[in-house]
Amino acid sequence: MSTPRRRLPAGLHVVPLLWLTTVWVLLWGTWSLGNVLNGLLLSAVVLLLLPLPDVGFGGRVSPRGLLAFVGHFVADLILSSVQVAWQAVRPGEQDISSVVAVRLRSESELLMTMTAEALTLVPGSIVIELDARSRTLYAHVLSAPDDASVEAFRRQVLDLEARVVRAVGRPEDRALLLRPSGAA
Amino acid sequence: MSLDDALDVLAAALLLSGAMLALAASVGVLRFVDVLSRMHAATKPQVLGILLCLAGAAVRLRDSVDLWMLVLAGAFQLVTAPVSAHLIGRVGYRTRHVRRDRLHVDELAGPDVDD
Amino acid sequence: MSVVFTVVACMLGAAAAITTVRLLRGPSTLDRVVAVDMLLAVVICALATTAAATRDSSSVPVLVVLTLLGFVGSVSIARLLAGRR
Repeated sequence: MSTPRRRLPAGLHVVPLLWLTTVWVLLWGTWSLGNVLNGLLLSAVVLLLLPLPDVGFGGRVSPRGLLAFVGHFVADLILSSVQVAWQAVRPGEQDISSVVAVRLRSESELLMTMTAEALTLVPGSIVIELDARSRTLYAHVLSAPDDASVEAFRRQVLDLEARVVRAVGRPEDRALLLRPSGAA
Repeated sequence: MSLDDALDVLAAALLLSGAMLALAASVGVLRFVDVLSRMHAATKPQVLGILLCLAGAAVRLRDSVDLWMLVLAGAFQLVTAPVSAHLIGRVGYRTRHVRRDRLHVDELAGPDVDD
Repeated sequence: MSVVFTVVACMLGAAAAITTVRLLRGPSTLDRVVAVDMLLAVVICALATTAAATRDSSSVPVLVVLTLLGFVGSVSIARLLAGRR
């Protein structure tokens, strides 16, 4: 936040502007100049009429970090889908679940939200509560019948958080990864 | 085998695996013991199932301008599914739709969550 | 190819039927929200399969609308239930 950035008119942030324009162009299906210009204009109008709060995105996307995150994400999505699907169809009783608290290291709300979003899709877990002040998230883990699997889940969450931070975090967010964390 | 045939086989494989995951997810929604567990089935296998079906359709509709709309539908699914899962999970936990006898630990259970 | 589409259609039909059982049984409104969500997902898969089978992309816009509508619907109900407790 400390670096002064050139600001567009109030409420106009670059990332949502580009995202809405992309949506518009994809809906039309062709990347013509007219489409892009119309999309930009319409997105600007939408963003001016319905301003978004500033989530403090540093705008430092690391291509390598992003690639590592996406790669892991796709692999984990397939793995966890197959696991949950197998749990659903296999005969016998369902595994015992747990509600696990994990204390994250990042302080940025955006990074915590992204971690929580990804977490709901990847390992067998659903985030049910996120306390931004204490940086703690609570997740329901589908298959966690003992303490070892709860600890393994905590490690998984922290790894995922590290990948999110390496992909889109600011340098100060990365520094926070070094501090000790784990159980809440 | 020409490229077109190969792509059709790929589309068939994608659609079949997508439908298989959708079926498994619905079995999960029926069989799992509480709302939170059912939500698991309704997010992970379901999202991947939809993505695979969309990918299968995209391979078959490879010459159409509507291809990009399929990509968009997939992206929306990826972004929105965790949000609704989180909301339903949260409401489900707070309104006590959890089978506590099926939990190993519950680290959220404290005096402050009873409000 | 048509065999594949028939098999996929049968599987999705079965998925819809199984989900409907949960929808009817409940027991809570939240279970039904989850079931409706799931049913909508099966419909999306079915629409995508139909588009693939007929090579006709006219149902694709419907698909995009459905993905967003399902989200708005389940979030609204979840909020309603959260406010009511």
